[in-house]
Amino acid sequence: MANHSLALRHQFEDVAQQKDASTLGMWIFLATEILFFGGMFCCYTVYRSSYPHAFGIASNHLEVLWGAVSTVVLICSSYFMACSVNSAATGYRKALVGFLVLTILLAVAFLVIEMSEWYLLYKEGLMPGVNFTYKGIDPGHVQLFFCMYFAMTGLHASHVTIGIVILIILAFRAYADVFTPAYYTPVEISGLYWHFVDLVWIFLFPLYYLIARHLQG
Amino acid sequence: MNSSFQFFPEQASATAQHVDHLAIYLIVVATIFSAAIFMLILYFAVKYRRRSEHERPHATPEPMALEMAWSIIPFGLMIVMFVWGASIYFEMARPPNDAMNIYVVGKQWMWKTQHLEGQREINELHIPLGRAVRLTMTSEDVIHSFFVPAFREKFDVLPGRYTTAWFKPTKAGKFHLFCAEYCGTLHSGMIGSVYVMEPAEYERWLAGGAGFESLVSSGQKLFEYLACANCHRTDKPGRCPNLVGLFGKPVLMTGGENFTADEAYIRESILNPSAKVVAGYQNIMPSFQGLVTEEDLLQLIEYIKSLGQKPESASPATGAIPPALERRGTAGGPTSRSTGRRPEAQKR
Amino acid sequence: MITATVEARDNYLTHEYGVKSWLLTKDHKRIALLYLASITFFFFLGGIFATIIRLELLTPPGDLVSSQTYNKLFSLHGIIMVFLFLIPSIPATLGNFLVPMMLGCKDLAFPKLNLLSWYIFVVGGLFVLYAMLIGGVDTGWTFYVPLSTSYANTYVILTAVGVFITGFSSILTGLNFIVTVHRMRAPGLTWFRLPLFIWSTYATSVIQVLGTPVIAVTLLLVALERGFHLGIFDPALGGDPVLFQHLFWFYSHPAVYIMVLPAMGVVSELVSTYSRKKVFGYKFVAFASVAIAILGFLVWGHHMFVAGQSVYASMVFSMLSYLVAVPSAIKVFNWTATLYKGSISYDTPMLYAFGFIGLFTMGGLTGTFLASLGFDVHVTDTYFVVAHFHYIMVGGTMMAYLGGLHYWWPKISGRMYPEGWAKLSALVVFLGFNLTFFPQFIMGYLGMPRRYHAYPEEFQVYHVLSTAGASVLAVGYLIPAMYFIWSLRYGPIAPDNPWRATGLEWQTSSPPPPDNFEITPVVTHEAYDYSVVEEMTVG
Repeated sequence: MANHSLALRHQFEDVAQQKDASTLGMWIFLATEILFFGGMFCCYTVYRSSYPHAFGIASNHLEVLWGAVSTVVLICSSYFMACSVNSAATGYRKALVGFLVLTILLAVAFLVIEMSEWYLLYKEGLMPGVNFTYKGIDPGHVQLFFCMYFAMTGLHASHVTIGIVILIILAFRAYADVFTPAYYTPVEISGLYWHFVDLVWIFLFPLYYLIARHLQG
Repeated sequence: MNSSFQFFPEQASATAQHVDHLAIYLIVVATIFSAAIFMLILYFAVKYRRRSEHERPHATPEPMALEMAWSIIPFGLMIVMFVWGASIYFEMARPPNDAMNIYVVGKQWMWKTQHLEGQREINELHIPLGRAVRLTMTSEDVIHSFFVPAFREKFDVLPGRYTTAWFKPTKAGKFHLFCAEYCGTLHSGMIGSVYVMEPAEYERWLAGGAGFESLVSSGQKLFEYLACANCHRTDKPGRCPNLVGLFGKPVLMTGGENFTADEAYIRESILNPSAKVVAGYQNIMPSFQGLVTEEDLLQLIEYIKSLGQKPESASPATGAIPPALERRGTAGGPTSRSTGRRPEAQKR
Repeated sequence: MITATVEARDNYLTHEYGVKSWLLTKDHKRIALLYLASITFFFFLGGIFATIIRLELLTPPGDLVSSQTYNKLFSLHGIIMVFLFLIPSIPATLGNFLVPMMLGCKDLAFPKLNLLSWYIFVVGGLFVLYAMLIGGVDTGWTFYVPLSTSYANTYVILTAVGVFITGFSSILTGLNFIVTVHRMRAPGLTWFRLPLFIWSTYATSVIQVLGTPVIAVTLLLVALERGFHLGIFDPALGGDPVLFQHLFWFYSHPAVYIMVLPAMGVVSELVSTYSRKKVFGYKFVAFASVAIAILGFLVWGHHMFVAGQSVYASMVFSMLSYLVAVPSAIKVFNWTATLYKGSISYDTPMLYAFGFIGLFTMGGLTGTFLASLGFDVHVTDTYFVVAHFHYIMVGGTMMAYLGGLHYWWPKISGRMYPEGWAKLSALVVFLGFNLTFFPQFIMGYLGMPRRYHAYPEEFQVYHVLSTAGASVLAVGYLIPAMYFIWSLRYGPIAPDNPWRATGLEWQTSSPPPPDNFEITPVVTHEAYDYSVVEEMTVG
């Protein structure tokens, strides 16, 4: 498969058309993803504007430090993904593999941090449906906050997990020297996906961790 | 089997007539349009039928004016539909001020109605002819929809909030009451009847239900039974806000926001008191979620409304006792508590 | 009609043999046939449910099946017909088959993804079937909360997950089409030379890609809420059931256009071919598709005029609903004008096209009734609405689907269908349909609520008419099923271009070779230029 002419699938006329098609396909897929998350962001917006006080109180139960750390981790991971695409474009196989591995490691680190946070919330009794024992102010709306928090971060985490699987496959294929400067579309479009996943978190972090923290129970 | 065809249901409210007039307009427009299109298709199909396999029709001119005409003319007719429909809808959304209030609670699978005088009915609603009736509706479980075809009136009944509908019956008789929003297994069994009665007959019917206590007085008993009055005092400043003259007024919260004390606000304040805490008070009230039913809530709301009926003479500062509270002794508040039974539980 | 001589040429049906060659195929034409088989199965399954529903409603008391069973029947009828038949119907079968051929390319941009979407569809369908077999679901296809999350005790999660999964099949098909239309057009095939079927399929794909994820995530939340009692839509916690309805209809209203836009595309092709004229106002018809796709996203609130949204929101949604009616009207007028001075033949597909225009006009006009606020309050959630959307979805989409199937059958199978039987069935379908659903308009206005297992006696006469019509309709649908199967073996061999039509798909053999064209076609003319066909057939 190292030969890029072999990588041309029969339905395409030439490599440029194939690359164009793949990239456009990924952008359209990302549009789908935006609407997918959009449904949840819409719920969040409606409830946040209906119950600003309860949501402010509830956000105090999240660890802003860990949220910030995972944001940095994910941004770095996105940076290394960009480096991977660059290495693929310029044909540095070793750099490509190395950057991909770094991206994966940071992604795993993000998941570890997020899962520890989930675990702490579970222990605190703030996980609706599993263990929810909050008895403070406005418990109904606080529960709503955590429902949305787990639903949205959960959906995001599942995207991170899928991303990790894709990146691992890419890393193996890169190691096998599949990609050349003439054919590295898979790396490029996986990069697009990875940046999108990063971007979703950039929205999630302030919406859940930062807004209205001054409201106290 | 009733084999008589009819195309319009009975008209038993003022709105019904308006809706039917709109319907006639819609039907006429639709008939003219579809007839025109069908005739044209038929005419073209016959006139220009293929007579030989070698026909080569020429392109016809495509005047822009034609495209514009058949875009703009239908749109104009549709604007009429919009304005007409919207004006009826607007009228439906605004009950007149003198409307009598009746409470409706939907549950799987029955309609429970409560008159202010205390009459309670199941799957039935008796109302006087010629008087506007405003329904305040809520559901105990899923979404239902209150639908009386003869009134052309329908509105969804939602759990956790109050919706309203109103109508002014113009014809005496018995009319169908349907649940129009699918609500589970016996959805089609959630039907009943609306009885529109001559006013005198209605008065007799009301008087016949002598065993019923008015909603205000049931609400008052409940208020005392639940020991609300211990904190919500009217004689002197208490730990909780004075409720006299509260209903319909804006209330300032600790967060600085203002809310109008309507039915939904009172309901929330009973079930989830910490959601909105009045400025100057502590968040000390316990939640009554699970302790009061939707019907209890409606009685409490009606009682709190009654406290506000003479807000000028009963301003909280002076602590004047409103008429409803003066009746306290006769209504036997403490005794109902000492029986240990919920005051509303006796009937039905 | 032109007849052909038998010629043994390599085609996509005979290129490879064996079950494996079908289940692992990446050929869009074979995948179209896989879809055709699966959705035909679901159509008849949903049809059986409809038949039992109609039989139950023959008499006012609920005496044939229990109310619980009745509720499951109409829920499964809706879920199967909407998600497993109508949404994939034209795009996934005719669209899959035709999009690459109309564009003059060898396959869709992502053939593997195309096969994957069929598998996803099948898996989603199996979830629904499994839920059906172990006990069914009784929430209606709308899954309204809190009925679906807290009160129904049927297999809601399983069904919702099934629908969630099929959603991805729809998304991936749409994605594939969009990329293919953008990047794979044959040389010379500019946007304004595209057949109108491509325009409408493209517009449909945009809705699929942007609308479907919203219902997917909404159903995911419903499943989570039901599974873990989260409370996202639970009014006891301050959750909002009306929010669910907003999210649901944000997809499910545009979903109506997923069903009807491709049908409009088919009708444009049929009307042009059988009157041998360029579609009148090509650009208007093309842009009307795009306009419907865009405006279709802005009108969802018209399903909720009595649901408790604000009066002003209702007014805005009502107004916007009239805007979306304009492009639909433009299409109907332009099809009618296409007939003017044409050379009109009455082949079966054209009969279906006439049927479509008639029924869609009535469905569309009653749609403008429903957009009128004061009128809607009375008829929403009654049989009036049921009649309206069946006029659009069955009268419209189903007529166009059958018309399209007859039109392209020679290309798909390489055989002709029996014309006499086909004309008869078109007539039976049209009459049966009107007899079934027209009485429902009347009983809806009289106040007969929908989803009623038992009903007051005065509605019986209309229900009897409707059931009588349904039995006629059932016959009308069974006849084509039988003669299509018959024609696979015994039908006359089809020529390459039996209708002397203009599309690129008619310039290759019937059935087409695996790669569609011997040589990549070059397009030099606008769509529907019949002078070119004359030259081709003569020369």
